[in-house]
Amino acid sequence: MKKYLLIPVLAALLFSCTQDKKLPIYGDKEAKITKDADGNEKIDTVYKTIPNFRFLNQDSVYINQDTFKDKIYVADFFFTSCSTICPIMHRNMKTIFDKYKGNKDVMFLSHTIDFKYDKPSVLKRYAQKLGVDVPQWQFVWGDKKEVYGLAEKDYLVAVQEDSAATDGYVHQGWLVLIDKQKHIRGAYDGTKPEEVEKLKADMDILLAEK
Amino acid sequence: MKKVILYSLLFLAIAAIINACQSADEIEMAKYLSNGKDIYESRCQNCHGKNGEGLGELAPPLTDTVFLKANKQQLACYIKNGANQPMLINGKTYQEKMPAFKDLHDIDVAQVIVYITNSFGNKQGMYKYEKVAIDLNNCQ
Repeated sequence: MKKYLLIPVLAALLFSCTQDKKLPIYGDKEAKITKDADGNEKIDTVYKTIPNFRFLNQDSVYINQDTFKDKIYVADFFFTSCSTICPIMHRNMKTIFDKYKGNKDVMFLSHTIDFKYDKPSVLKRYAQKLGVDVPQWQFVWGDKKEVYGLAEKDYLVAVQEDSAATDGYVHQGWLVLIDKQKHIRGAYDGTKPEEVEKLKADMDILLAEK
Repeated sequence: MKKVILYSLLFLAIAAIINACQSADEIEMAKYLSNGKDIYESRCQNCHGKNGEGLGELAPPLTDTVFLKANKQQLACYIKNGANQPMLINGKTYQEKMPAFKDLHDIDVAQVIVYITNSFGNKQGMYKYEKVAIDLNNCQ
């Protein structure tokens, strides 16, 4: 009869395997103390979110966070004349785009850090040449202060102008995964195919999240 | 009888020398290919891809053997000086700017050309480094 004991144990094991995996939430957290109707104190964790922004996209239209409402998205920082890590980042990012093409819950947001040259018309041409000129993948231009500030303070990606660098700018190749609540849920090295595969797997987990 | 042995030894010796020459060429080719591959991976692969497939319409593929053959004398120029003229490759026009790789020496340029023109379905044999200086003098 002892054998029957095994069944709940096995069931528990099985259940633990199928339990939903959750992605972490990155960035600084704050504890916020609130009082409910009865006057009991409650502590809430407030996670870092991406603040609103206003940038011109490849069609010279201003876009802001409303464009990404109720969507998860992958953000990165690049510039069109970059011959070092950007081509490989966008080659890899395109494989993600191909996987989620037409998926209404997924978008892509590439910010140029070349505020001097990469005006919307240049971004448009770049998007066309890369073969991804659709609203699902937004390429945006903004002034230096805004874009660089957003990169470093909010997406946590280092970018800077550097006349000594090959193409005049240096930046990190992170692909940053943002959820529907504007939280950072992951950052992946866009130059490494294995990290990009992990990003795809994590996007599936994030999409399945309630 | 002695003569026969002597001649056959001589013949063998000559054959061995010819054989040795061939394998010296082969060794040089192998050296060009393996160094060329390293240069390709560090300098070209970003845009042109691991298998020479290119990147959208931003960077052309390196699989058009006819183009490579017809423009063989210009390849060193494209690499060393960059390129921004339109090119018709695999029936498609590409006109994005290619950066110049000025720091590559003639031998590097030759090795990467040998790698490219003997990979990705191309098989065009040797391109010696002495040829690079000549071709660079005749850039269009």
